[in-house]
Amino acid sequence: MSKDYHKYLSTKAIELQPSGIRKFFDLAASMEGVISLGVGEPDFVTPWNIRDRSIAALSDGYTSYTANAGLLELREEISAYLKRRFNVFYQPENEVIVTVGASQALDLTFRTLLNPGDEVLIIEPAFVAYASLVSMAGGVPISIATYAENGFKVTPELMEAAITERTKAILLCSPNNPTGTCLNKEELAALAEVVEEHDLIVVSDEIYAELTYDQEFTSFASLPRMFERTITINGFSKGFAMTGWRLGFVAAPKEITSVMLKIYQHTTMCAPHMLQLGAIEALRDSTEQVEKMQKSYWRRRNLLVQSLNRIGLECHMPGGAFYVFPSIKKTGLTSEEFAENLLKEEKVAVVPGSAFGASGEGYIRCSYATSIEQLQEAVVRMERFLGRYVKK
Amino acid sequence: MKLLQEQLDILEVLEENHQVTPKSIAEQLQLDEEDVSKHIKQLEQEGIIVSYPTLIDWSKIEGKEAIVAMVDVKVTPKRGVGFDEVAERIYRYPEVKSLYLMSGTYDLSVSVEGKSMKDIALFISEKLSTIESVVSTTTHFMLKKYKHDGVIMEGDKDDDRRMVITP
Repeated sequence: MSKDYHKYLSTKAIELQPSGIRKFFDLAASMEGVISLGVGEPDFVTPWNIRDRSIAALSDGYTSYTANAGLLELREEISAYLKRRFNVFYQPENEVIVTVGASQALDLTFRTLLNPGDEVLIIEPAFVAYASLVSMAGGVPISIATYAENGFKVTPELMEAAITERTKAILLCSPNNPTGTCLNKEELAALAEVVEEHDLIVVSDEIYAELTYDQEFTSFASLPRMFERTITINGFSKGFAMTGWRLGFVAAPKEITSVMLKIYQHTTMCAPHMLQLGAIEALRDSTEQVEKMQKSYWRRRNLLVQSLNRIGLECHMPGGAFYVFPSIKKTGLTSEEFAENLLKEEKVAVVPGSAFGASGEGYIRCSYATSIEQLQEAVVRMERFLGRYVKK
Repeated sequence: MKLLQEQLDILEVLEENHQVTPKSIAEQLQLDEEDVSKHIKQLEQEGIIVSYPTLIDWSKIEGKEAIVAMVDVKVTPKRGVGFDEVAERIYRYPEVKSLYLMSGTYDLSVSVEGKSMKDIALFISEKLSTIESVVSTTTHFMLKKYKHDGVIMEGDKDDDRRMVITP
């Protein structure tokens, strides 16, 4: 007889939405010969010099705790990197915390910011974890739907319409997962005016900053008067191909980070010592490799966007990340049906847009972090699939 | 010679894999297919694209294993032609797979390929060292090829270990 564990478990935890991706993962993982456009991480392995540094660190016995906020040397490198690349300066001593992935930085941020009932604006389609992170911290996630007609961009008008007296913060992610949409400086500046007018905090998830194409990346904190109300989240996962290392960081005015650090002390202690040393190497000596990877994604983006539009899966040209978010509305299928049928019939895995919120319905997320040959074969299979579902 | 950015981009793609079609290159680089073909032709004519060889690991094929030696050659350069004349006399031999002029304790680095050690010994004693400007040779036999022209021979161990679908 199985025991009823409900009474032992937290209601909040039970009520959390499971990730909509899980179901497809199980199905896809059980099949052979699948081409996956469903992977949300680089297809590059971490550059060798970074790996080699951490191997040496482990050999040399760097196995102890570090300072809670991370090695000062690493925070200095992070500070220098943010200044050099995005023109924002954070004091390495007290405005930077090294975290276990950018996800933890987000969790830490919301726990630090939110009182019960505080509302956080989330631009949809959005990364699967955002709403849950806000809820777990006691806040209320408020979605702002964006649309393909406008390149999935949030505007000051859309933002204004969602703001209430309880709104405390807005979470921005540019370049965006899953749409690849990237906001330029003027667009961000227009949002900044609304932020200032309503006295909000901005949580800026800049994990895809290194993967910005066709334009300069703008860090929200670099905008006039925005430093004091911005929490910058970034990390090594995407730009440096270090997803499995789980290394990220949060940078914010010291009045915020000092409170964050108390939570971090009690929950995590610090990020792994030997991996932090690899991260120092990443920031010191990987510029060329990061640029090479960026260019490789750029080429694949061009190829995939052109190919998808040609076979009738309309999509805008995304400005960053490694995702394309085409419309599948003409098939008459829901995005889940589309993804499931495509996987079963043609062995191509994509993620249904609905996994990223209600406004993602009618779209699928295709990741181009896979080889050119695989992308081309996937397009052939998808074209065949569309031939069966789209009426001429 | 200065190239256009798009020409440099085309070279980068081709260096990875020369079998990519002009159509695919055009799509990847947001260029016109005809322009890509034109650029490639021009780069070939100007000798920037020299040839399109295929890297084969012959050591894996029974009966096709070859022996390679790196030979350090000291020579007396000739008035007027320097090292070029003796270099040409050496590189014209089909046994010679590569030849570089070096700084340091010797002058030419020659890689020689043969079916057996005897083959190579014969080539060096009969052909290479008999050239009048060759002063001396030092032969190193190659035991194993790990990496060649940027390619790891035993296949890259960095396989795709990602899960099929991740957020």
